[in-house]
Amino acid sequence: MDFFVDENDRVDGIEKVTGKAKYFAEFKLPGLTYGVLVPSTITKGKITAIDIKAAKNAPGVLDVLSHLNKPSAAGYEAGGGSPMKIFYTDEVFFNGQPVALVVADTFERATYAATLVKVSYEKAAFNTDFKKSIADASVAKKQGQPPYVRGVADAYKTAEVKVEQTYEMPVETHNPMELHGIIADWRTNDQVTVYAKTQGVKAAQATIANVFKIPQENIQVKSEFVGGGFGMALRTWPLEIATIMASKQVKRPVKLVITRDQMFTMVGNRPAAYQKIGLGATKDGKITGITHTAFGQTSTYENFTEGVVTMSKFMYASENVNTNYYVVPLDMSVPIWMRGPGEATGAFALESAIDEMAHALDMDPLEFRIKNDPETDPMKNIPFSSKNIKEAYKLGAEKIGWNNRKNKPGSITEGPWKIGYGVSIGVFNASRGRATVKGILNANGSLILQSATSDIGPGTGTGMVLIASRLMNIPVEKITFELGDSSLPPAPSQGGSTTLSTVGTAVNDVCVSLKATIAELAANANMSTTSNFVEVLKKNNLPMIEVTKQSQANQQGKEYSMYSFSIHFVQVKVHNLTGVVKVSKIVSVGDSGKIISPKTARSQMVGGAVGGIGMALTEEALLDNRYGKYVNNNFADYHVPVHADVPEIDVIFIDKPDYIVNPMGAKGMGEIALIGFAGAVANAVFNATGKRIRSLPITPDKVLEG
Amino acid sequence: MINFQFLRTSIVKTALSLVAKDPKATFIAGGTNLVDLMKRGVTAPEKLIDINQLPLKQIELKNNILHIGAMVSNSALAENAIVKEKFPLLMLALQSGASAQLRNVATVGGNMMQRTRCGYFYDTTMPCNKRQPGSGCGAIGGYNRMHAIFGTSESCIAVHPSDMCVGLVALDAQVVIAGAKGERKINFIDFHRLAGTTPEKDNNIQKGELIVRLEIPVNNLNKNFHYQKVRDRSSYAFALISVAAALELKDDVISTVRLAMGGVAHKPWRLVAAENFLKGKAATLANFEAAAKIAMEGAKAFGENDFKLKMAPNTIIEALTVAKAKA
Repeated sequence: MDFFVDENDRVDGIEKVTGKAKYFAEFKLPGLTYGVLVPSTITKGKITAIDIKAAKNAPGVLDVLSHLNKPSAAGYEAGGGSPMKIFYTDEVFFNGQPVALVVADTFERATYAATLVKVSYEKAAFNTDFKKSIADASVAKKQGQPPYVRGVADAYKTAEVKVEQTYEMPVETHNPMELHGIIADWRTNDQVTVYAKTQGVKAAQATIANVFKIPQENIQVKSEFVGGGFGMALRTWPLEIATIMASKQVKRPVKLVITRDQMFTMVGNRPAAYQKIGLGATKDGKITGITHTAFGQTSTYENFTEGVVTMSKFMYASENVNTNYYVVPLDMSVPIWMRGPGEATGAFALESAIDEMAHALDMDPLEFRIKNDPETDPMKNIPFSSKNIKEAYKLGAEKIGWNNRKNKPGSITEGPWKIGYGVSIGVFNASRGRATVKGILNANGSLILQSATSDIGPGTGTGMVLIASRLMNIPVEKITFELGDSSLPPAPSQGGSTTLSTVGTAVNDVCVSLKATIAELAANANMSTTSNFVEVLKKNNLPMIEVTKQSQANQQGKEYSMYSFSIHFVQVKVHNLTGVVKVSKIVSVGDSGKIISPKTARSQMVGGAVGGIGMALTEEALLDNRYGKYVNNNFADYHVPVHADVPEIDVIFIDKPDYIVNPMGAKGMGEIALIGFAGAVANAVFNATGKRIRSLPITPDKVLEG
Repeated sequence: MINFQFLRTSIVKTALSLVAKDPKATFIAGGTNLVDLMKRGVTAPEKLIDINQLPLKQIELKNNILHIGAMVSNSALAENAIVKEKFPLLMLALQSGASAQLRNVATVGGNMMQRTRCGYFYDTTMPCNKRQPGSGCGAIGGYNRMHAIFGTSESCIAVHPSDMCVGLVALDAQVVIAGAKGERKINFIDFHRLAGTTPEKDNNIQKGELIVRLEIPVNNLNKNFHYQKVRDRSSYAFALISVAAALELKDDVISTVRLAMGGVAHKPWRLVAAENFLKGKAATLANFEAAAKIAMEGAKAFGENDFKLKMAPNTIIEALTVAKAKA
C-alpha cells in the first residue's frame, strides 16, 4: 500500500497505528524473565519478617528480592539515592509500597508466587486525611515555597468589594493507557540496557548510574515510544530500580509491568490541594488586592511542591499581591507533576475567584478580565515577550457565541437543562533549556537529526522534522528525527512544555550551520550559493556532512517575561433535576507563538481539553482514610472522560511568532492546553445554575446539593 | 499458579451435572465480571464450565410472551426487533449498561448473576461480609457514595449494579431456572435478595441450577416509557440512581404504571407503593412528585450517599415526565 504523508501528519503515525512502533514492554529479549511486585498492605510501620519459602518453591521462580537480601546497589550502600531506597529499608511509608519482587520464568508464575510471599509488619499510627490535616495543628505544615508579597499583604480585606473563598482539589492520577514498567538487561557486570517508559532517557541514565555506581556511558536507556506520560514518567521510580537490581541478581533480562491498581500508588499523582483566595476590587472593577494561600499534599518521606500560587503573582494587574504555599505531609506515596501541574490546580481557584468577583460587581467576567489585564509583567516589572490575550478573548468569544450569555445566572433554559457559559485563562512559563542535536546531511538527499529527547505523544519528532524541512527546504519524508535513546546527543527530559523550544532551537542551529556549510562548499566549487545540497555534496565528493550544535537557555529572561497563554471557553448544560453536567461546546484559544505543526498542536489542545473535562467533572482518586488505601483504583471506578463526555472542540491559534523566546518564534503548549480549563467549566456551571461548586470534580451530587 | 479446569459443553443437562457434583465448579458465560473476580482473588473456582455453546440464544414471541434465552448477549437483545417494538424500556435499560464492548459479550443470565461493584468487595485486604462473611462491612463508615439507601442491613449496604435488571423487574419478567429436577419458574422480583444477615447470597438460585431463559408478558407499556440513568460520566459508569418508568395513559389518566429503581438496593428495586398511588390518577407533575415522595419512604443514607435521598426522587420525577411526554 502506498501511504501518502502529508506535512501535517505525524511522522510516526503509520508506525503507531500499524503496531510497528515498539513500546518498552514489547521487546522480546532472549531469556526474558518476569518480575511482579509485592505491595505493602499496611500504611505505615516496619516490616518484621518476610517469608519467601513458599514463593521460592513455586514453579518457575528464580528469585525473591527484598530488603532482607539487599540486592547489590553500590550507590544505596554508600548512602546515596532517593529518600525511599527500595529494598534498603524496612520502613513502610505508604500503603501499596513495593516491599518485595518475585522473578519467575513467566508472568503468570511470577504473579502467583507474589501472592505466596508472606510479609509481617509492625503497624504504626498513620495519617492520610488531607482535609482534616489542614485544620489539625498537630500535622506539621511547612512553607513549601518562599512567601511572596507585593505592595500590602491582604489588601483585599479593605477593598470596596471583596471575595474570600476556599477551593478544593482532590488527588488525581495520571493513569495513561500504557502501564508503567521497564525491562532491564545487564550485558556485563557493569553494563546495563534498559527499555524504559520515560520522559527523560538522560535523566533515567543519571539516576541508574547513581544507584549502581557505574559510569553513565555503561547504561543505555531506550524509550522511543511512550504510551502517555503526563508527568508520571519524569523520574525513575523505585520499581524500576528494583527491576534493574533483579536483572543483576538473576543474571537474565527482567521485565516488570505494574498493574492498574499499582498505578495509583507507585508512580505518583497530582496532589490534593486546598486553597484560599482573597480578592479585592473597586466598585468599578479594578483589582486592588490578591491573596492566594495554598496547601498541597506531600509525602512524609520525600517533599514535593509545585507552582499552585505562581499565576496569581502576575496574571492580573494588582498593586497588592501576596501568596503562600504550605505542604501537608501525609503517609502516602510522593506526588509528581501531572499535566499543567500546580498551575492547573491554582488556575481553578484563581479563575473561579475572578468569576466570583465579576459576579459580585455585576460585570461580564470577560470584560472584568480585560479591564485587569496588565500590559507588562507586574511581578517582574518587565515587558512580556509577546502576549495577545485580548485578541484571544475576542476570537474565542465570537466562536462560542459569548453574546448569547446572560450575566444573570440561570437565565437560559432548554427543557430540563440550564445553559451556561464560562471562561478562564491558562498560563505557563515559556522557558527554554539546553539541548544538543546532531545533524547528518547525506548526499542521497536525506537528513538525519538526533537528540536524546523523548516523545510522550505531543509529536516531538513531527515538530522537529517540520522545523528542519522549512529551514532546509527538504521534503519531510527525507528527514528522520531520532530520539528516545540515551546514546544520542543529550537533551533534557520532556516536561514543562519546553521540548519544542529547547530541542527545536538546537535543530534550528544545526540547520543554519548546515546551510552555511553547503553555501561555503558551493562557493568553493564555484557553484551558485542556492544550489541543491545533493549536487554540492557530490561536486565536493562528500558522502555527507555532519554538524552538532548545543542550544543554550534563553538569555533574555531579565529583559522579557515569557509565557504561553490559553483561553478556554465552554458552554455547559446542567440538568435541573439530576445535577448532571454536560460540556456542550468548547473553544480553546492558544496564544503560544508560531504554530510549527498545526495538526499535532491542535491534538495537544484537544487532549488538554479532554483532560480538563476529567479534572472538572469526573476524576478523583478516593482514599479510605481508615486504611490509607484507595478504593477506586481501577478504570471502572476512577472516571476518565469517555467519548460521550467530549463535545466537538474548536481550537484557535493566534499563531504570531515570538522571536524573543526562540528562533522559531514558537512556544510550548502542553500545559496551557489544560491549565484553566476546569475553572471555565466551574464558571459555566455557576452561570447556568447560580451554584458555585468550589470542590472538584463537579459531580451530579455536588450540583444537586450545592 | 492457580490452575483451573476449563470445560465446554453444548448440552444443558451436561452443564448442570458438571456443576452440581463439584462444589468448586461454576458456570462461565461472557465472563466480564467473573474473570475480574478471579484476577482480583475474590473467587477461585477450580472448574469453569463454559456455557457459551448452550442452545439458549433464541428470542421469540410465543402466545404473547417474549422468551429470551439466557445466553443472548446484551447487545443482541437490545437490537432485537421485537424488543425494540414491544419492550423499548428494556432496550433503553440495556443500552445504559456498561460499554458497547462489554454488552457484546455480556449475556442475559450473566448480567443477572453479576456481583456488586463495591470497592471493599473487590479488595481482599479490606473487610467485606459479602466476600468473607463475618469480616465486617468496609462501606459502613467508609466510602459509601455508590451504596444502597433501601433494604440495607448492618452487614451489607452494597447495591446490585445492573441496568438490565431494573428494566426487567419493571416489566414483570419471570425467570426460568433449570436444575437436576427439571425447570422451575420464579418472578424476577424474587430472583435477587436483600443482604440481610447473609450478604454472601446475591440471589435465590441454588448451586447446580442454571438460568435458561426469561419470559416477559406483552404489555401496553411501549409508548410512554423511559429509562433515566444518572451517573458520573456519560458511558461506562455505574448508576448513582437509575429509574425505569412506564405508563399506560387513557386521556392523561394513568391506567397502568411500572416503576423500578437501580443504584439504591441490593436488588433491583420495584416501587410498588408509588405505583399504587399513581394508578387511576392524572399524569401530572404534582402526582409524579407525590409518588416520588411515597417511593422514598423508608430510605436511609450512610453519609456519602446522603445525596441519593434527593437525587432518587428527582430522577423518578424526571423519568415519569419524559415517559409521559413521549408521543
